[in-house]
Amino acid sequence: MSAQRAPASAPLGVVILCHTALHRVAAVVRFWLAASCPVVLHVDRAVPEADLQALRAELGAQPLLRFGPRHRCDWGSWGLVAATQDSAALLLDDFPDVTHVLLTSGSCLPLRPVAEMLATLQARPCVDFIESVPVAHGEWILGGLGEERFTLYFPFNWRRQRWLFDRAVELQRRLRVARRVPRPLVPHLGAQWWCLTRATLGAILKDPARPHYERYFRRTWIPDEAYFQTLARLHAAEIESRSLTLVKFDRNGRPNLFYDDHLHLLRRSECFMARKIWPEAAQLYDFFLNNRAAKLDPVPPEPARIDRYFELAAAQRRDGRAGLYMQSRFPREDASRVKSAGPYSVFWGFDQIFADFDYWLGQVSGLRVHGHLYAPERVQFHGGAKVWHGALSDAAAIRDYHPRMFLTNLLWATRGERQCFSYGPSDHMDHELDWFMATDMNARLSMITGAFALSIFRSGQTGPELIARLTEAHKREQEFLAILRSRWAVAEIRIHGLAEALGAPQQVLGGAIEGVADAPARAIHGWPALRSLDGFDAFVAGLSKQGLPPQLRKDLTL
Amino acid sequence: MQRRCISAMLSEQPPWLDRWFSLRMSLKAHRLSLRARLRAGDLTLLRRGTWARDAILLFCTIRNEIERIDWFLRHYRGLGVDHFIFIDNASTDGTGELLRAQPDATLYTTAASYKAARFGQDWITALMDRHGHRHWCLVVDADELLIYPHWPARPLPALTAWLTREDLPVLPALLLELYPKGALGAAACPPGADPLAVLEWFDAGNYTIRHKPLLDTLLIQGGPRARMFFTQTPERAPTLTKLPLIRWRRGYAWANSTHSILPRGLNRVYSRDGGEGISGALLHTKFLPTIRKKSAIEKQRGEHFGNAPIFDAYYDALAAGPRLWTPASTRFEGWQQLEELGLMSRGGWA
Repeated sequence: MSAQRAPASAPLGVVILCHTALHRVAAVVRFWLAASCPVVLHVDRAVPEADLQALRAELGAQPLLRFGPRHRCDWGSWGLVAATQDSAALLLDDFPDVTHVLLTSGSCLPLRPVAEMLATLQARPCVDFIESVPVAHGEWILGGLGEERFTLYFPFNWRRQRWLFDRAVELQRRLRVARRVPRPLVPHLGAQWWCLTRATLGAILKDPARPHYERYFRRTWIPDEAYFQTLARLHAAEIESRSLTLVKFDRNGRPNLFYDDHLHLLRRSECFMARKIWPEAAQLYDFFLNNRAAKLDPVPPEPARIDRYFELAAAQRRDGRAGLYMQSRFPREDASRVKSAGPYSVFWGFDQIFADFDYWLGQVSGLRVHGHLYAPERVQFHGGAKVWHGALSDAAAIRDYHPRMFLTNLLWATRGERQCFSYGPSDHMDHELDWFMATDMNARLSMITGAFALSIFRSGQTGPELIARLTEAHKREQEFLAILRSRWAVAEIRIHGLAEALGAPQQVLGGAIEGVADAPARAIHGWPALRSLDGFDAFVAGLSKQGLPPQLRKDLTL
Repeated sequence: MQRRCISAMLSEQPPWLDRWFSLRMSLKAHRLSLRARLRAGDLTLLRRGTWARDAILLFCTIRNEIERIDWFLRHYRGLGVDHFIFIDNASTDGTGELLRAQPDATLYTTAASYKAARFGQDWITALMDRHGHRHWCLVVDADELLIYPHWPARPLPALTAWLTREDLPVLPALLLELYPKGALGAAACPPGADPLAVLEWFDAGNYTIRHKPLLDTLLIQGGPRARMFFTQTPERAPTLTKLPLIRWRRGYAWANSTHSILPRGLNRVYSRDGGEGISGALLHTKFLPTIRKKSAIEKQRGEHFGNAPIFDAYYDALAAGPRLWTPASTRFEGWQQLEELGLMSRGGWA
């Protein structure tokens, strides 16, 4: 197997396991060869012979290049370990100058010049860079089995024979199968991609107990994440438990791909390698293989920025943005913690008691306060606008087509600005909307019950319909109250009677605008004037004679 | 106190009802597939191209789109569409001839009624069964330009590879209607020019969504047309739900234009657990200057809506050259902007 005359080489050798995108692999191989790093290329046995010949032809005769004995490398199979063992052995035998062996895949891309990597390795020549975490700590695994990887048998392929795999695991759990880990091994897990010293790797490959260990690992699950990680703990002088290869896993535990638009992130990585690269990411391959960074201003490493980018994407997939309803996010009622995009205040009856309530509230809060958003004729946006943020229309029919979404759209489009509006029995009330607000923790509902009678009183209307109108409005108010008093209501709710509000108007109003308008602004603008109530007592007394229902009479007596 | 209303909000239905809907809809899928096969007789093949096994195909029914077609081809070639399959519905403005001359297009032609073929969906379903089996397929109109997260830095093959890996067979998109700042028809857009240079504006947040349990789909309505032409009858406003990118399999059938598909489970493109799924946007270039003339013609033909006469007023309003722009309109900037506005989402595709 060994060459006649060992060619001189750099002290770093590279094993590359590949199965697709062979033209990219060739480019990476040339990168290593150009720096005199010997390469052993393992091409999956599933790759057609013609493709392999094309790759050989493309690379040509290279004194520092070897092709390792081919194995079939299914995901998580023993073949991956066997391929690594054979290729690494070939590398160590053929190139005596090699002191470190780097294991990479065909979709890995070097991020920095070889010289930098050599300097790092030579600064601490006895250190093995291999992620190796005791299985008992468990944190490392994203989905899938933990300790059972080492205590059960896995005769079936997880990807292709999922049903059999699951049944086999179930059966063994029921039978309480517990394989014993060969002594003195302590199971460790870690990423497949490592950089080991000749001493450690040689000790692993030449361990007299290797056949014994292999028999065991062949039937564990995903041995490529465990074999070298466990054995390195036995043989290494000093382990640094981190990989030199940057990998960002998604929520299913699979590596995210890097594309051309990730270039600015990859430049800020501290790692020497990155995986997986999308094979068509021509810009990335060009940039890093030709060391284009040399001509640009250096960027300081910011690995946290890379982490944050992928964490944000993961959070968006997992939790979504609160209050967003769209074609790919339509949460169930109980799915997300918050149902709307931001806090809002709803005032019930306040505009009947206080003169120019909307205007005054706008003055003291600095907010654009709406009128009755659900008024029957049209939406009373702030300032009588015809359209509002997000191009929301003031047409009543459009709003009434979906009252709840009208509100969620408004809150989404005005994120960052608290929405304030009036609501009451004279509006187009909607059962679904009422429930939504009551069960939304962003809502603050301040009510003065019975205030609707003031608007009817001021309409100057007389006659028998009057009592019918009052009764109807009262009924709607009662229904709304019942929702607010249900045990599902989580909104911030304040309910005051009419007499109470008129007796202590500043107290009631102060509570309703607490946190919305601050004290200095209120001190400047003062309290709003009370609207006139002259004749209201007589109005109620007159109605009582005509047969006002007693409950309503009680609510309206000041 | 009943809490029925809250669950009704999202049409939570009992499992047996769900199964019943699925059964009904699978029968419908068979019926529509059969119907499509019969309707395929309408089509005459004029030019047949070839494509690879993993090619991304684009299917489009087209009629008199000479001012859009150049940019349309350019946009989708840029995305990475490998082959176009057109159904020319009796164009008279040279669209057919132009398409026949394209090296990467297959062309069918028919003079049969668009409406009788369920607004072209029978033809499309038949051709997708014939050519699209196991392919990633785009199904769009000539006035629809697909964009998606990370466009244009990442071409379509990157997206389809990711969707395949995530086991997602469909990419949903919102039909986002673009309009000019002035009156419709005022600014010219010569053939081959970027329509987005004229149509720069859109409505950012006036869309309503209803869940339709029978097809398990989301009915999205809103946008400038709802705001301008359907203020009294918002329920008649056009549907903006679209499923433009799909990994086709024989036996699938478009249920209602490209708004919904059978089997029913494919419509579940939205996440219900609070997270965001991936989605794109279809930029609608309907409101190019020719819209006024076209509206008058379409009113005459009555080929576009189930109950055509009801929409006469809509066509009249469009033909009059209205101004869709408002001070609350938003100027289009790119996919990041649309994602920020919640009109599309990367849904975990980092």
